[in-house]
Amino acid sequence: MTAHPIGAAGFLHRFDGLRARLPGARLPWIQALREQAADAFRVQGFPTRRVEAWKYTDLRQVADAGFDEALSAVDSAPALPPAHGGARVVFVDGRSRPDLSTVDGLPYAVESLAAALEAQEGRLGSLARPAEQPMAALNTMLFEDGLVVTVPAGVAGGVLDLVSLGSASERPEAFHPRHLIRLEAGASLTLIETATGPEDARYLHNPVFEIEVGFGATLTHARIQQEAPRAFQLATVYARVEKGGTYDNFTLNAGAKLVRNEIHTLLAGPAATCHMNGAQLLRDGQHADTTTVLDHAAPDCASRQTYKTVLMGKSRGVFQGRIHVHQVAQRTDGYQMNQALLLSPEAEIDSKPQLEIYADDVKCSHGATVGEIDADQLFYLRARGIPEARARAMLVEAFLTEAVEGVQDETARAALGAAVTGWWEAVA
Amino acid sequence: MLRIEGLTAEVEGKQILKGIDLEVPAGEIHAIMGPNGSGKSTLSYVLSGREGYEITGGSVTFDGRDLLAMEPEERAATGLFLAFQYPVELPGVGNALFLRTALNAVRRARGEPELDAMQFLKVARERLKALQIQEDMLKRGVNVGFSGGEKKRNEVLQMALLQPRMAILDETDSGLDIDALKIVSDGVNAQRGPGFSALVITHYQRLLDYIVPDRVHVLMGGRIVQSGGPELAKQLEETGYASVQAAA
Ligand SMILES: Nc1ncnc2c1ncn2[C@@H]1O[C@H](COP(=O)(O)OP(=O)(O)OP(=O)(O)O)[C@@H](O)[C@H]1O
Ligand SMILES: [Mg+2]
Repeated sequence: MTAHPIGAAGFLHRFDGLRARLPGARLPWIQALREQAADAFRVQGFPTRRVEAWKYTDLRQVADAGFDEALSAVDSAPALPPAHGGARVVFVDGRSRPDLSTVDGLPYAVESLAAALEAQEGRLGSLARPAEQPMAALNTMLFEDGLVVTVPAGVAGGVLDLVSLGSASERPEAFHPRHLIRLEAGASLTLIETATGPEDARYLHNPVFEIEVGFGATLTHARIQQEAPRAFQLATVYARVEKGGTYDNFTLNAGAKLVRNEIHTLLAGPAATCHMNGAQLLRDGQHADTTTVLDHAAPDCASRQTYKTVLMGKSRGVFQGRIHVHQVAQRTDGYQMNQALLLSPEAEIDSKPQLEIYADDVKCSHGATVGEIDADQLFYLRARGIPEARARAMLVEAFLTEAVEGVQDETARAALGAAVTGWWEAVA
Repeated sequence: MLRIEGLTAEVEGKQILKGIDLEVPAGEIHAIMGPNGSGKSTLSYVLSGREGYEITGGSVTFDGRDLLAMEPEERAATGLFLAFQYPVELPGVGNALFLRTALNAVRRARGEPELDAMQFLKVARERLKALQIQEDMLKRGVNVGFSGGEKKRNEVLQMALLQPRMAILDETDSGLDIDALKIVSDGVNAQRGPGFSALVITHYQRLLDYIVPDRVHVLMGGRIVQSGGPELAKQLEETGYASVQAAA
């Protein structure tokens, strides 16, 4: 048996071996995308902490894990998380599983990328920037499958579940799904993504989303990250919002050994709105990084970001939020808040807001709070007879409830609320 | 019922309570008056077990038990209640859940069965009605966005639900409008009986027209400097604290 090279070299080595067999190998435009991405990844490799965007998150444990591509025979009937609506698309190790999915009779198109690849020229890769984001480069180089959703103009798409299951195998596996979501003018969709895997599984889930929210369209995107305790997730989301459109993202990081939730949102048309909210619930030994890059590139847009992190044991949370208000983006209304609740003296949170404002008529605020449970609040509850442990639990729950309450879509809010409660009941 | 002897306490190295002696027998209501900063709230916090106070001397017994040795929740469970001068806001904690959790914690400690959500709602509705509180207050975060008067009413609602044997009301009348003062006083008077005592801290004689105290104490500079019947409050209203100081 040959030794597996690790680190970036390992992935480049596998790309060399798989090149001819990856989906789209016969399509010149795909080939060109992959080769460019491979070049970019060769140059950048796994970013080190010397790279500004990765200052607080060290990927060495991911790079050194020695991944295989997902080649294992797939479990015929894995356990699925609860469904939130009628429609559901299931991916196992990054590959679509039509046998586990339910997409019949929907008023919009749901396809697997592997099957619909040929038609994605000009769409796939239109938003992702592999030259700047090495994890997007890795994804572009090696993606095999993904979800392609196109909601036609004026169609209310309802709720769609996107389930990603990692599976346990002898060697850790890596999968790099590429998801393309497009809402045409006035369309709406609630996409609830649940990523999970069995307790003993070790894998790298490296998804890239390219999301287009059309004129006056509304996409609710709830991401429930409950990966296996030893798994890694490095997600990069690119969203572009046109005039009057709304992108409502809420990311819950509750699982995985290490997770990066990186979101790039471009408010491209006037009066567009985006919410990038989230909660990170960290136990001992976990590392969660949320990094947002928001471009206000048109006037009269509004953005809201609230991230809340609860840290236990020796865990580490990171929030980096960059807001770039372009010169044309007059009357921008931006708000960013990062709040952390430290439940252990060993936990650590890093917070780096970054505002770059080139327009003059702008309302933009940001803030960060880091604290322990409030002593006055705790005493108030205890003075009413509530035992200390229960009182603490109530205050942590309250902190998290507030995060989820901002989600407009009822189904997404309920799904997120249940995931938060489930996490808290498991640790409390 | 409550016996305080020679109680001294410090906050951040500064002595605030300088030897308090006070006894409230079962069934009696005592009022405490005194100038700003004299230590009234400090006394109520020390009695209910808030952190940050160093007890440097003296003792407090509640039904013969050492109160100062108990955790705050134990004190509440044995029947002590503090209506806060400044009720704390708890964003994200629904008032209904808070009230039910508190009530059930206290009921459990008393060996009574816990109430489920429906049973609780029934009990809570009766109390809300008596205190003329809108029911939607149950759905809101505890004290969040409540007006000053609403917060005080919420304190009295908690008292009415928890049915303590000893209530400390720290300026519960401050911020109440004339009608609310009457309603809240009725709420306290309704508890009156051989199994209920209270320490009513107030700056205003008017409250004591509604809740007529058995005794009135004047707390100044960390000590009880004068005690008397209800007429003492009326006298203070006219002469102010200067006269007490002279007498003391
Ligand atoms: N945490 C603290 N640190 C320093 N000093 C404190 C602290 N808490 C209370 N004090 C001081 O203790 C003294 C008594 O305060 P306390 O709140 O008990 O007064 P009070 O009689 O309730 O006054 P009021 O009528 O204004 O409510 C005041 O001088 C106050 O400044
Ligand atoms: Mg006071």
